Amino acid sequence: MPEIQLPASLRDVEPVRSVRTPAQLDYTFTAGDATSRFLRGITQKKIIGQQATPQSKVYVPPRGADPELGAATPIEVEVAQVGTVTSFCVVNLQFYGSGMEIPYTSALILLDGADLSIMHLIQEIPADQVRIGMRVEAVWRDDADIEPTLESIKWFRPTGEPDDVNVRIPGEKRGTGLGSWVGGVAPTELVVRNPRTGVGGTEADGGEG
Amino acid sequence: MTDRQDPGEILSAPLIIEYPFKRTTGPVIGAFLTGLRERVLVGSRAEDGRVLVPPAEFDPVSGEDLTELVEVGPQGVITTWAWVTQPHAKHPLDEPFAWVLVKLDGADTPMLGALAAPGIEAVSTGARVEPVWADEREGHIDDIAHWTLVDPEGGRA
Repeated sequence: MPEIQLPASLRDVEPVRSVRTPAQLDYTFTAGDATSRFLRGITQKKIIGQQATPQSKVYVPPRGADPELGAATPIEVEVAQVGTVTSFCVVNLQFYGSGMEIPYTSALILLDGADLSIMHLIQEIPADQVRIGMRVEAVWRDDADIEPTLESIKWFRPTGEPDDVNVRIPGEKRGTGLGSWVGGVAPTELVVRNPRTGVGGTEADGGEG
Repeated sequence: MTDRQDPGEILSAPLIIEYPFKRTTGPVIGAFLTGLRERVLVGSRAEDGRVLVPPAEFDPVSGEDLTELVEVGPQGVITTWAWVTQPHAKHPLDEPFAWVLVKLDGADTPMLGALAAPGIEAVSTGARVEPVWADEREGHIDDIAHWTLVDPEGGRA
């Protein structure tokens, strides 16, 4: 780094080394028809998805359209308040704006009857015991505090049921649960085909190509 | 399947996304911000002798490191300006004001500032201005609360 020559007035003062540059974007979020219906369901402690046809996928939370079919989703379906963890992340760092006590677990949860996982918190179990395939149930706020927000579900907690070892992330060919692990070995790149490099897995997996 | 009911009024809510960035400044911008905290304005001397304000880390022509920082101002002249009739919430002043480019005494390039003025007719290119410093300064561009007009005799207009 080059030596900087300062004017006399700045030679004997503590130099500034960092600066705050916050960026704040103020939006008004308009939920639209599909999400408004979903959130009104939440105020009745119901979790309501939508589908395009009685046979097609149930999207929770609904966005009004089925992205695979390119069709509107006029059919409303109430899904279960229990589901299976398809993926999770243990948060060990406190970050700005989060009031959570660390460590905590954020998970993707596939509710029974839904074809899309929702993201929510897992509580009432130590973070290091959360696992893919774990069965969990919604824990609601007190009735007086229910509002049209997904935060009306405080978190999900274990139901105590046996794990669903064959749970799959919706749309993935290979499951993510223990039952899909080859020889009980976690799916590393040795057993799962890397769709970018084509390395790993077997032809039977099909890969993406 | 549930009965599809009228969703009623479409819901909406405030959504504020905030990135609390903090950046390291490096020695040149750091010196500029240190100067603001100390109520001193500095620029960097380019290879052709011009003084660039705010200071640049690299020569704009050759790309070589610039290492000599020199004190400028604190007064300067308006090189161009734009009047803001309706300030919005994130503007530095609540009343109508002017964005100004100020070429500080001893500088060869202008820097941006917000000029407090009694009205649009009070602002003109070539008018002399000086910074009004914030009472509490921390090494941030906001350490200049705003700029103000200086009358020809040297006092504040």
